[in-house]
Amino acid sequence: MNLSPESMIDVIPYLTTGLWYTFIITIVGVAVGCVIGTIFGFMRLAQNRLISTIAGIYVEVVRGTPLLAQIFFLHFGIPNLIGFSMDALISGYIILAINSGAYIAEIVRGGVQSVDKGQLEAGKSLGLNGLQTMRYIIWPQAVKIMIPPFGNQFIISLKDTSLLATIAVGELIYQAQQFTALTFDAFEAYFMVCLFYLIITIPASLLLRFTERRLGT
Amino acid sequence: MIKVSNLHKSFGDNEVLTDITAEVDAQEVVCVIGPSGSGKSTFLRCLNRLEDITQGEVLIDEVNIADPNTDINVVRQDVGMVFQHFNLFPHKSVLDNVMLAPTKLKRDSKEEIQSRCLNLLEKVGLSDKAEAYPSSLSGGQKQRVAIARALAMNPKVMLFDEPTSALDPELVGDVLAVMKDLANEGMTMVVVTHEMGFAKEVGDRVFFMDEGRMVEEGTPTQVFDETRHERTREFLSKIL
Repeated sequence: MNLSPESMIDVIPYLTTGLWYTFIITIVGVAVGCVIGTIFGFMRLAQNRLISTIAGIYVEVVRGTPLLAQIFFLHFGIPNLIGFSMDALISGYIILAINSGAYIAEIVRGGVQSVDKGQLEAGKSLGLNGLQTMRYIIWPQAVKIMIPPFGNQFIISLKDTSLLATIAVGELIYQAQQFTALTFDAFEAYFMVCLFYLIITIPASLLLRFTERRLGT
Repeated sequence: MIKVSNLHKSFGDNEVLTDITAEVDAQEVVCVIGPSGSGKSTFLRCLNRLEDITQGEVLIDEVNIADPNTDINVVRQDVGMVFQHFNLFPHKSVLDNVMLAPTKLKRDSKEEIQSRCLNLLEKVGLSDKAEAYPSSLSGGQKQRVAIARALAMNPKVMLFDEPTSALDPELVGDVLAVMKDLANEGMTMVVVTHEMGFAKEVGDRVFFMDEGRMVEEGTPTQVFDETRHERTREFLSKIL
């Protein structure tokens, strides 16, 4: 066994850069994913068959294919077909948004559907239109239901960014790979990588639990 | 006030209301009774189109709500509804429950609406609960809030869908008392109920429904004491 404690220190500047990328990709990706997810979640709930089917296909395709396949398809496949190349970081944002968007769509659909049907009827019976009933009555209750699964999805997406190392996005894993290529100290590098992930995921979990408790869900 | 002609309602192939014709005059209290599954709740829900009307006409104050071109949201503002399971908004305080619809739909100032809603809470005996949340109320209190909420839009008609069926027996009285006051003030009411005492005492007329049909209608005396139809007699003998 030869453990090199200095390497654990030396890798830190690499991982700090990596952490920044991991963080920013997750934040931007999931934020855009929320917009996509809300739109497609409501589309799935639409009375119109065509609209709900379109949203259903999106969700099924994303859920039914591995993230790695989606990354390669978008970053290598599509540019090859139409003849342009895309910056890896941009690909990373897009993939994470599309991927988390599908899961968030399901969270939105589930949240809205789990609000008691009587709430909708109460709103309608008072003369509120569909939009007003959704906005003032259903949505506030649905959001509360959505918070735990959403927090879960946030952490999953954060960890999913690690797969972007395969297209050379400079996130945590990629940075560790770079460091290992120079030093061959893989144990130290990947041990520290795990530590860095936990630096974000543990506070995120705590924040989530705190929010859940405050909202009484 | 309400005029129903040849109303049919089906869920798929299953016809749950068959050729119902009925009228409710202004200021009249009509109690709808009948065995479970007889279609009385569905009938009530057709009166504000919470159920789509398969066939026939339902006129509320001369407006045919079966017509798809009718703006049902406007009609519903005049037709209050109280549900068996209250359906209060759990994320809003009692006062906000009552104020929500008028705040979003009426042009009155917030102060006017608030003072009117506080009066309504006083009327149902719950002014001390204005800031409470529904989860902290008893069933009877919840139902009285629900009545105040429906009244907040100043409806011309109130529909009650088994308003006391989900309540503990000792809480039923408070809710019925509020409904009785309302009836005495001249509110037009259609009440689906199993409370025969209420139907006899407060009802101006009683509808008896069975298997989706209007079997018998008349004053409480006619229906309860001078029963004409065998099916009605059978039902009444079981529950009285």
